[in-house]
Amino acid sequence: MPDDTAREEIHEEDPTPDPVPDAIGDPIGDEVAAAVVVQFPGAVFHDSHGQAVVYVDTGIWHEVAAFLRDEQQFTQCIDVTVVDHLRDETRLAVAGVEPERFEVVANYLSHPRNRRFRTIAQIPAADPTIASLADLYPGVDFAEREVFDLYGIVFDGHPGLTRILMPDDWEGFPLRKDDAPARVPVTFKGDPGPR
Amino acid sequence: MTDATRLDAGRLERQTDEGAQELRRVEREVVVTGGLWPDEDETTIVNMGPQHPSTHGVLRVMLELEGETVLQLKPIIGYLHTGMEKTGEELTYVQGATNVTRMDYLSPLSNELVWSLAVERLLDVEVPPRAVWMRMLLVELNRMASHLLFQATNGMDIGALSMMIYGWREREEVLRLIETVTGLRMNNNFIRPGGVAADLPDGFDAEVLAVCDLVEKGVRDYENLLNQNPIWIERMVGVGTISREQAIALGASGPILRSTGFEWDLRRAQPYLAYDEVDFDVIYTQNGDCYDRFLIRLYEILESVKIVRQCVAAMPGGDFRVQDRKVTPPPRARIDESMEALIHHFKLFTEGFKVPPGETYVAVESPRGEIGCYLVSDGTGKPARMHIRGPSFYNLQTMAPMAEGSMIADTVAIISSVDPVMGEVDR
Repeated sequence: MPDDTAREEIHEEDPTPDPVPDAIGDPIGDEVAAAVVVQFPGAVFHDSHGQAVVYVDTGIWHEVAAFLRDEQQFTQCIDVTVVDHLRDETRLAVAGVEPERFEVVANYLSHPRNRRFRTIAQIPAADPTIASLADLYPGVDFAEREVFDLYGIVFDGHPGLTRILMPDDWEGFPLRKDDAPARVPVTFKGDPGPR
Repeated sequence: MTDATRLDAGRLERQTDEGAQELRRVEREVVVTGGLWPDEDETTIVNMGPQHPSTHGVLRVMLELEGETVLQLKPIIGYLHTGMEKTGEELTYVQGATNVTRMDYLSPLSNELVWSLAVERLLDVEVPPRAVWMRMLLVELNRMASHLLFQATNGMDIGALSMMIYGWREREEVLRLIETVTGLRMNNNFIRPGGVAADLPDGFDAEVLAVCDLVEKGVRDYENLLNQNPIWIERMVGVGTISREQAIALGASGPILRSTGFEWDLRRAQPYLAYDEVDFDVIYTQNGDCYDRFLIRLYEILESVKIVRQCVAAMPGGDFRVQDRKVTPPPRARIDESMEALIHHFKLFTEGFKVPPGETYVAVESPRGEIGCYLVSDGTGKPARMHIRGPSFYNLQTMAPMAEGSMIADTVAIISSVDPVMGEVDR
C-alpha cells in the first residue's frame, strides 16, 4: 500500500473550495436547458457536476413542467423533493438566483431521448406554496404528499394533499431543520379513529 | 380477513376524504345472483394489513368491495417510517452508508451503491477499476438474492408453498456468499464512498462460480415447476394488467415498466459502473400482467448470473478503494507504524471528510427499479439533505389501476407482483 506517500503536508491545505458562481452568459451545454431558458426568460441554467439544472421561479413551475412534457418528451417526473437550507454552513451559490429557505426539486426523465433534467424553485418560508404537477405527471402524487407531510410545502391543485408517512394527527413537519425529533415528546396512544 | 365491515355511504365518504389518492369507481357489471348479495349501492370496506402476511411487511391496503370485486384500492403507508432521511442528515458521509443500507433491506448493496456514487460525484472522486467491478459483482449477487426471495414469496402468496422453501434455499446460498465477502448477510455497509470496504477473500472465484451453477439449476427447476403449471397460469395470466402509458404516468420503473413491453433498464440505457463492458440482455415482456412480472424477475436472475461470471473472469487487480487518505481509512497495519495514518484514521472516523457545497442526483437500477439519491452538501462533514427515491414508493401507486375491477383474491397476487419493500417505501 503506498500509504507513506500520503503525507500530512499534502493534505494540510485542502480547504473546501469556495463555491464559484457561474459567470452569467456561459454557453449552455445542454439543449433542453437552452430551450427552457429561451422559452422562459428568467430561468437560470446551472451545470451541477455535469447535470443540467435550471432554477425557475415558483410562478412558472407548472408551465416549465408542461413544456418539458409536451415539447421536450420528458415522459416521467421521476422524483419531487425539497431541501431546507435553514442551517446551511455554505450554500451553493448560483448567480442570478435569489436564495430562499426552501428549494423544491423536480427530477425529470425522458425515455425517448434518454436524458435527465432537473428544475429547482425557491420557496420562501413565509409562503410555502407551489403548483402541483400531479395533473401532468400523476406519479408525483405520493412524492408531493411526502414533501407536504415532512416539510409542510403546500402543492396547489393536488387532488388529495394529506399526510402520508406520519400519522394524520401529527403536528409539525419533522424534516424541517428547526423541528428537532427530540423536541416532540413520544407518546403512545390509540389511533383517534379509522382513517 | 375477518375485519370486513359493512359500512354506510357516509362513512365511506369520510374515509376516502382523508384518503391516499383520488379514487376512481370502476364501471363494471357485477352479476348478482341470489338475495344475499348486497344491494347495488352497498359496498364493503376491507382493510388488508398492515399485519397481513401477504402484504410483505406493514403495507395496509384499503379495499372497497362490491361482492368480491375490487372497486377501489388505496395503499396506506407509513407504518415503518423511522425518519431515515432525517437520520441521514445527522450522520457523516462515512457513516451514511450504514443508514441507507437499511432502507431496501432486500437489496442493501444497491442502496449503498447509489449513496456512494452520489458522494463520489460531489467529491469528484473516481474509484479504481477493481472497486468498480467488485461493486458490480456484489450488486448483481444481491439482485439474484432479491429476485430469488421474490420467487419464494410470490410462490407463497399464490399458493405454491414448496416454491417458498426452494426460493429461500437458493437465496441463502447467495447470502452466504455475500457474507464471506462483506461479513454480513444483509445491511452490509460494504460499498462505501471511495470504493469497497475490503478485498475479495481467497478462493472466492471458485465459490462464486459454484453458487452461480446452483442458482442456474434452481431457476431451471422453478421454470419446470411453475411456468406451465395450469394453476399457476390461472392465478397469474391476465391478472393485474397495466398499460405502458399508465406505468410511465405513475412513475413506475423496473420490472413493472418492463412487463409492459418497454425495454428500459438503467444498466443498459444510462450505464454506470462497467455495465457497458459486460454482455447481458434486458428482459421485457408485452402483457403487463402478474405472470409477466414473475417471468421478468425469474429470467433476470439468469442475466445476473451471466454478469457475475463475466465479473469473475474480468476482475482487474489493483486497489479496491481510492488511495486518498481523506476519503478512505489507511490499512490497519499502517496505523501502528505511521503517525499520519493514525491521524487520518482518527479524523475520518470522528469528523469524517468534508464535501464541497453542491447538489446531485444519481440513479441506479435496483432489483425494484430506479433507486435515486438526491444529495445536497453544505460544505460540512454531514449532508444538508439526503433523499432516496425508492422505487417501491412509486411502484406502489400502480397497484390501484392493477387491482381495480379485479377479484379480491387477485389483490394478493398483485401486491406480490409489485414486490414492494416497505423499508424503502416508508424510510
